[in-house]
Amino acid sequence: MSSDRPAAGKKAGFAYGVRAALPLCVALVAFGASFGVLARANGFGVMAPIVMSLTTFTGASQFATVSILGDGGGLGAAVVAAILLASRYLPIGLSVAPVLRGSRAARFGQAQLVIDESWAVANRGDGTFDRGTLLGAGVVLYLSWQAGTVAGVFGGNFLGDPRDYGLDAAFPALFFVLLVSQLKSREGAVAALAGAGIALLLVPFTRAGVPIVAASLACFAGWWRR
Amino acid sequence: MAVLIVGAAAMALKSAGPVVAGGRELPPRVLPLVAALAPALLAAFVVTGSFSTGRSVVIDERALGLVAAALCVWGRAPLLVAVVAAAAVTALARLV
Repeated sequence: MSSDRPAAGKKAGFAYGVRAALPLCVALVAFGASFGVLARANGFGVMAPIVMSLTTFTGASQFATVSILGDGGGLGAAVVAAILLASRYLPIGLSVAPVLRGSRAARFGQAQLVIDESWAVANRGDGTFDRGTLLGAGVVLYLSWQAGTVAGVFGGNFLGDPRDYGLDAAFPALFFVLLVSQLKSREGAVAALAGAGIALLLVPFTRAGVPIVAASLACFAGWWRR
Repeated sequence: MAVLIVGAAAMALKSAGPVVAGGRELPPRVLPLVAALAPALLAAFVVTGSFSTGRSVVIDERALGLVAAALCVWGRAPLLVAVVAAAAVTALARLV
């Protein structure tokens, strides 16, 4: 499976990122559309969901915001839920910081293209990331998400429920394929087991988003043994 | 209002690392930490994406999709095939 991720020490580049992100385009358009549909149904109008996709660009936080407010939850509850779901971008952002170069504004802009999927395909497996892949995949996924949102806001529910097409299973499948090549090293396998264990154990007891950000602490497993 | 707050928060969370520490090499001691972050988070994405709905741990049709993806990896199929197979198997399982 080494062909599925940028090799350590090798430049994979923008085109590779575009290609790696293509399998997820359909899923992102479909979930973007269902976000647009839900936002409209919950009374957010046309502009707010589009602006939200352009700025927030992290599906889970967006769904949480419009569904909590739509169900009559308060502003505070919606914002807290969305921030918990986005909290994983703190460690994720730190991990890609070395490859995001340029002025402060340029780094800020590039960082907005980082989402779980673009981060995952740009990972070289040795603690470094491929800048071109990160940006290539990020652009494709960003455009897919915007196209889906606009389609959902204006076109309504023409695509149906993405779950009917199994598209919710596309994301864990991508992460699984990218995970497998990381399991060859002992440290990788330990971190994966710890991360999966922490996440599953916390699911019943914490709010959405917490299991993921807590799992990032699993990278400390084995670190102090060096 | 919520849209603006959440948008600003997400942008801040994503860019905090790159804006503060962007473009600088990591100290060698931290590299193994970042290397271990990927498998830890990827595994967490896999298990929460496949085996949880809200606050419940569940085994449903998505588990079959994950098995399909695993078989594709085992057969050295490309990424695209594994992703499509997982979606297709999950969709079919939901039909029956």
